[in-house]
Order: sequence, then structure tokens, then C-alpha cells
Amino acid sequence: MTSQKLSLQDIILTLQQYWANQGANLMQAYDNEVGAGTQSPYTFLRANGPEPWHAAYVQPSRRPADGRYGDNPNRLFQHHQFQVVMKPSPDNIQELYLGSLEALGIKPLEHDIRFVEDNWENPSMGAAGIGWEVWLDGMEVTQFTYFQQVGGIEVDSVTAEVTYGLERLASYIQDVPTVYDLDWGNGVLYGDIFKEPEYEHSKYAFEASDQTMLLRHFDDFEKEATRLLDLGLVHPAYDYILKSSHTFNLLDASGSVSVTERAGYLHRIRTMARRVSKVFIDERAKLGFPLLKDNDLREIYLGEHGKYTLTEEN
Amino acid sequence: MSTFLLEIGLEEVPAHLVTSSESQLVARTKEFLAAHRLTVGDIKPFSTPRRLALQLCDVAEESEALSEEKRGPSVERAKDENGEWSKAAQGFARGQGATPEAFEVRDGYVWLTKHTTGVPANQILSQIGEEVVSQMKFTTYMKWANHSFLYVRPIRWLVALLDEQVINFNVLDIATGRVTRGHRFLSTEHVTISDAQAYEETLQSAYVLADAENRKAQIKSQLETIANRNHWVLSLDNAPAQDLLEEVNNIVEWPTAFSGSFDQKYLEVPDEVLITSMREHQRFFYVRDATGKLLPHFLSVRNGDTAHLDNVIAGNEKVLVARLEDAEFFYREDQQKKIADYMAKVKTLVFHEKIGTVYEHMQRVGLLAEKLADALDFDDDKKTDLARAAEIYKFDLMTGMVGEFDELQGVMGEHYARLFGENEHVATAIREHYMPTSANGNIAKSDVGAVLAIADKLDAIVTFFAANLIPSGSNDPYGLRRAATGVVRTLTTKHWHIALQPVLAEFMAATGAVTASADLMAVLSFVVDRVRKLALDDDIRQDIVSAGTDNFATADIVYLTDRIQVLANHAHDNNFREVISALTRVARLAEKTPVSLNVNPQLFENETEKALYAATSELQLVALEANGAEALYQALAALQMPISAYFDATMVNVDNEQIKNNRYAQLNIINQLIAGLGNLEDIVIK
Repeated sequence: MTSQKLSLQDIILTLQQYWANQGANLMQAYDNEVGAGTQSPYTFLRANGPEPWHAAYVQPSRRPADGRYGDNPNRLFQHHQFQVVMKPSPDNIQELYLGSLEALGIKPLEHDIRFVEDNWENPSMGAAGIGWEVWLDGMEVTQFTYFQQVGGIEVDSVTAEVTYGLERLASYIQDVPTVYDLDWGNGVLYGDIFKEPEYEHSKYAFEASDQTMLLRHFDDFEKEATRLLDLGLVHPAYDYILKSSHTFNLLDASGSVSVTERAGYLHRIRTMARRVSKVFIDERAKLGFPLLKDNDLREIYLGEHGKYTLTEEN
Repeated sequence: MSTFLLEIGLEEVPAHLVTSSESQLVARTKEFLAAHRLTVGDIKPFSTPRRLALQLCDVAEESEALSEEKRGPSVERAKDENGEWSKAAQGFARGQGATPEAFEVRDGYVWLTKHTTGVPANQILSQIGEEVVSQMKFTTYMKWANHSFLYVRPIRWLVALLDEQVINFNVLDIATGRVTRGHRFLSTEHVTISDAQAYEETLQSAYVLADAENRKAQIKSQLETIANRNHWVLSLDNAPAQDLLEEVNNIVEWPTAFSGSFDQKYLEVPDEVLITSMREHQRFFYVRDATGKLLPHFLSVRNGDTAHLDNVIAGNEKVLVARLEDAEFFYREDQQKKIADYMAKVKTLVFHEKIGTVYEHMQRVGLLAEKLADALDFDDDKKTDLARAAEIYKFDLMTGMVGEFDELQGVMGEHYARLFGENEHVATAIREHYMPTSANGNIAKSDVGAVLAIADKLDAIVTFFAANLIPSGSNDPYGLRRAATGVVRTLTTKHWHIALQPVLAEFMAATGAVTASADLMAVLSFVVDRVRKLALDDDIRQDIVSAGTDNFATADIVYLTDRIQVLANHAHDNNFREVISALTRVARLAEKTPVSLNVNPQLFENETEKALYAATSELQLVALEANGAEALYQALAALQMPISAYFDATMVNVDNEQIKNNRYAQLNIINQLIAGLGNLEDIVIK
């Protein structure tokens, strides 16, 4: 371990610099409520279609049901993920990841690092992948996934997704008893910034949310997303899908979704997620997959008999 | 003689697939070698999380040459009218890569002797990539990068060496070579193997123990050394410890065992919770003292050497403490509430969205359990315990502990039930109702637990059938087959004769819409099908299993199981063939829906009729079945002689309607007895 412990923001800066050097483009956190970095359009949408995509970003991730009023040492309404997506997955992605730990001052020879099988699935987004959780001296610090299916569609080009749980990683590096004791930077503690919102959001999600309003919003958001999908407006549609999803999570946390309704809501979100993935690919195909530079691949996808070649009928 | 080495370098393979993949690689390689007639000596397999490999010793220089005789057209067809070789003959020769000059004429046909010369080993082995490596099958697959090729994990390198020579082939864009990779951290990335024989030593010097058995033995000995030094009792002989050892072995390449500790205060938490935290969540081995008391220490294995082991120990201890802290918190919190509080929450817990809540499931199970208890003549105490257990047995699902440690469902239920003042029988039944938890898992010991286990599973089967969520093919997402197997195994282990048909019919009548659309016959067939499966697993002949499970009547599972065994036992009798022939002859003639079962002795025309009548008039199916399938078989076997004599002397289909009907009545009576053994016509007699 380094003699001077990295602050949380040092960790972010280090990871950003490291992955930028590996060819990832630094995105900013998506400005819409999401439950995980995977839900950001920079991952979810870009994972479909044949275009290469390399990005890294911090994503604040809201999970209303995980709120603990700021009382639990490591469970949070909102935590921060550092998300890296590399598509197509590089042959040395594991080595690149291990390099990032070294950049953080975690020398593999001084620890025990393992790749333990953990396949990831998010049924409501129709997404599934194969991979591992990475254990650092027995603690899970990273989720490592090769996407196989996104939005119910088998991917054309496999994205390697590396998701660091920033609070966990920082807790390990700084060796503090609770996340609230973490040094965010310049001596300001994580608790100084997030304890109050944690309490308030927990209170809101579990006790104070207006369920009638949320139910109405869910219906509105769904209707809007569906309408926008009909117009081929992928990104605004996706925003409303994210809003639907978060609204459902709030309803679920408040316990106001009955058991049978629950499955119904998840089904509605899944249906939208599948549609948006399809429309995203169609719209990118219309643009000619501008990020796809490899001529052989362009032939496969856009050539005379290409998978996405536009024909007269469409 | 040469040595061949094949190594498939992979990203970390799931631990539970490493050993089976190693065996598969050997099996496929053997098939490959046989198909190419290439002789080798020993095959030595290797596996680690990052590689599957094998060494073929004493590889022959080339495959065995082969002489095969191929028969061509007949002599008449081989020559045309001019005495020249016909088109057919020339075509045959061409097809075998020869000319008609090579024909031999024998037995009225033309023949060619086809010599296949030996193919050099290196040429054959260059096909192992396509014919073995690419053909491997796994239970989980993935693709990577822009490939569509599926494999268990990405292939990152390939080594193929015949002695010092690289055997060239590709899988995807990966070409074989002599460069392997050592331990991820302890070794440099690329390690060169000079010679196929040097594989194990080369890897050992690169901090990889490639021989999985050897690696496991080392782990075991390291763990035992630490335990012995500290006077801890470590038991590795039980199945969960063996599984853990197997898993740990397949997540390390260079094992170093270490021990860690946790605060005494956590020992107040139930042992099962501590063990689950250590074993299931952290892959630690737990230790006890000489008296069997759990100790606040654990053993684990690092993938690396002893350098900076203190970091590793501290990190692992910290993670465990965080888990135990949670566990202790839940344990304390859970006891602040009452069973009734948890039951109130169970009312909102879904059983299945199409069926309803767990609470409703429990209420039905209570009803079914009561009917089963009646059928089993339980005394009042047992019935009271059963009713109470059925009322609360899922409450622990709503506790914080089970929310966090879901594998402890039932176990925590039993524990908390005791703390909340439930009696021993009720507490035990709560844990036992999940049993058996695996195909060969233990059966509930207590009577109350066993009935609850059966009722819980049967209700699931009936309601899922009613909701048309019926398993098909290999698709059984709700584990209904496992549940049915559990019912069968519990009934047979307990030796409980219960006629499931009337019990379930009453149950369905009493539970209304949620079970109404279930086809009771389909449900019973589904359960009986598990009897069939278990008997087949016991290596009982398929025809006998079919005979014993057909005509399952009221679906008394124990009786069905017994009669299969009885038939299987008697299949070795000298007179089995005669007995079955005689009885199936009766069965074939008898009417499916008997018109009459009244035999009038006045209408007999010969002695054999009288004799058969005398032999059967005392036999009562109900009484015989009550004495068991063996008694019934004995009684029917005793009829073999009278039946044979009867058929020798008696014509059944005579013109006289009265006499004919009287004879059918006689056969029908016997056939009803025969049906008590199943459908004997299924039995194949040679």
C-alpha cells in the first residue's frame, strides 16, 4: 500500500488517467437517475451493434431499496461506480485491469487477487454476461463482465465491462470502518457530503414518496418512451425508459407495488429496453455505423448481403 | 518414442468446470487418437484455472497401417458383354482409389484390398485443434471480441509440442507455439517450454502446479499442518469440505495456506451462520476444538507465495468481520420481533405470480398435511404439532438473517422457532420441510417434518400444474421434478402407504380455483414417473419398471416401488417366463371393462375350470395388496399351472353365449388381480 493513502477523488483521477491512456474516452456521469453504470447509454446502448466503443466514467448509481438512512457502514442509497467499457473486448483486458490496480498502488505480489466466477444478469434490461467478480484479499472490488446479450439481443461485438465499486475500493485502500469515514479529498469526508442526502433519500424512498404521483409518472414515462420509440428518437426515448425504471424502483422500495403488479412493471420495462436496443441499432445502421472503420467488418454488416444492409422494403 | 504436449491457455475457468473439462479433454483425445489409429502410452492430464493440458507419452511415429477388404460388384455385373470391366466395376475401383487391375475375384464378387499407409504423428496431431480443442462442450459458454466462436472462457494461448517441435495449428486467430504463461504475478508473463516432456517442471519453475491432484494434495497437507500446529480440528472428509477443497484447488495455481481469526464475541451467532459466512461466502475452512466447539479461526488458501501474507490475512479477516457484524446485527434484530410479525409479512410474499402468495401456499399445505396425517393415523399430539408447524413454517423467510443468508432458510427457522418457544417437533419440522435438498440428500427424519415436506412439495406440483407451468424436456425452472422425487423418496424411506389419488382429489376439491384446472391424472403420472426414474437409476430393467408403474391405480407410491422390486427379484426365478406368459395370456383375453365378475360353477364343462375356480375363489385383491406385492405375486404365480391346464382344455370363445360369458368372468376376476402387479404385458420374456 502506498504510504499516503489515496483519497476517493485521487482514486477517480488515477483510474480516469489510466483508462484514458488505454484508449478509453472519458465520458461524464449520465444526467439521469440510473441504478448502475451499465444503464448509462454509454454502456447500455453502445453495447449493441458492431461499432467499437471505449469509454470510462464515474456513475452515481441510485438503488432506493438499498438505502439505510446513513446508518449502515457500507450499504447506500446511492453509491459510485467507476465504469469501463471496451468493445470489442481486448485480448489483454485482464492484464489492463490488473494494471489499473497497480496504478492505484495495489501491488499484486503483496495481495491475493482472484477472478471468481460470477455471471451477471439484469432481466429487466434483457442483459446478460459472463465473467467474474474480482477478489482482493477476499473482498469483491470489481465486477468483470463480457456482455453476451443486451436488450434481449445477442451482441454483434462483445463489450468487456469493468465496474469498480468506488466506495468499496476506497474503503480497502484507506482502511476505514465505514464509507462515511472515507476521505473524499482535501480532508472532506464522504459523510460530510453524503450522510445527509443518504438519510433524506432513505426517508423519502421508504416513507415520504407520493405513490399516486409515482404511479402516474410511471405510466406517463412509459407512454412517452413508447411514443418516442415510434418516432425513432432513441436517446430521448431511452431517457424516459430510465425514468420509468427509477420510478419503479422508488415504488418498489416504498412497498406499494403488489406482488402481481411487480412482475407486470418489470415486464413493461423489459419490453421498452428490448425495443430501444433494436431501434438504436437501426438508427446507427442508417447512419452507416460511423465508428466502424474496419473494412472487413463493414462488409459483414453493411456490405451487399450485410446483416444491417438496408433493403428496399425498409 | 515421442511425447506430445497440448495446452489450452484460458482466462480463469469457473472452478466447478475445471476438473470435468480436464476429463473431457482426455476422453476426446482418446477418441481422436483411436479414430486416427495413433498409438500412445500414458496420457497425463493437467488443469489449473488458466489452463487445460495433457501430455501423451510414447507417441508412435505414425498411425497403424490398415488393410481393408472392400467388396465390389458381383462378377456378372463387373464385366460387360464384351468381357471388359463394366462401368460399375470401374466406378468401384475409382471410388477406392485403385484400378481394376488390382481386383481379386472371390465368392462370385470382385474385391479390392485397400492399404492405408501410416500417417506421421505430427500430421495427425496437427488436427487436434479442430477435432478436439474446438469440439469441447461446456455447461456455460461465452463469445468474446468480434468472434462468434463459443467457449467456456476466452482462449488466450495454445501450446502444441511433439518433443521439441511445435505442431502448427490455429484455433480462431490463436496459433500454437511453445510459449506458455506462468503464475499471473509470481512469474514473468511468457515462459518457453523447450520440450514436451519438460512441461510440468517448466511450469513449476514459473510458480504453477499444473497437476491438479498434486496441487490438491499440497493444499490439504498445508491446511492440516496449520491445523495440527494450533491443535485445531479440521475435518476435510465431509462432502461440503471436499467440495470446498475442490473449488479452492481450481482457483489457485500456486497455493499457500494461511490462517486468520475473528473476535470471540461472534461465536454467539449460531454455528450455521458462521460456517455459511466462512465456507460459502469466503471459501474459508472452519475449525473446531477437540470437544467439537467452533473456534474463532479459519483457514484459507492464497494464490501466491508467503510474501506479504500479513496483508492477505488482514484483508480476509476484515471482510469476514464485516459479514459477521451483519450476521450478529440481524441475529439480535430478528429476536426483537415475534413469529406473528413475520407471518404478517409472509402475506405479501409471492409464491408465484400466477398462483399467489406464500401465505396462501402455506394454508393449502396445512390442509393437505392434515389429510395426509389422517391417512397415516397420526395421534393427536403429532397432529397438533403438524398444524402448528404448517401455520408458521415459512416465517424465517422474512427475517433479516435469511434475507442476507438465503441458504440458511429452514435452518434459521428451526433456530428461531426454538428461541421463540416453539416445541422441538415444530422447530425440527420447519427445518426438515425443505428436505431432501438434493437428489441424494437426506430425508426428513421426524414424522411431522416428513409430512410437511411431502405436503409442501405436492401443493407446489398441483398448483404449478394448475397454472400450466409444467416441466417439459430438460426445462424445469421451478424444480418440480426434484420436488416429486423428494415426495417419492420421503414416502418410501418412511414406508408410508398413502393412496395419493383420493387424498389429492379431496385436497383439490377443497382448495377451489387455484388447483381446479390441474389434471389430477397428469399430476399423479408426473409423480409416478419419478418412481420410474429412481427404479431405472437402480439398474432395474426398463420393461419391469414399465410393468410396475403402469396401472398405478390410487398411486400408493410405496406399493408401486415394492412391486417393481418384487418383479425385478422374481425375474431371476426359473418359472418367471411361464408365470408371466400364463398371466399375460389371461390379461390379453380379459375385457378392459369387465361385463361380469360372476362365475357360475354350474356352467363348467371340464375339470380345469373347476380347478381354476377353486384356486381363485379365495383370492381377494384388497387383502393381497395389503399383504404387499410379494404376497400378490406369490398368489398369482401359484395360478400358473391351473391357468396353463385351463387353456389346454378350455376354449373361451365358444358359441354358447352363457358359457362364453361365464369364462370371461373367470378371466376378468384373475385379470383384476394381475392389474395389482401393474401391466405385465410390458415385460419382455425371451
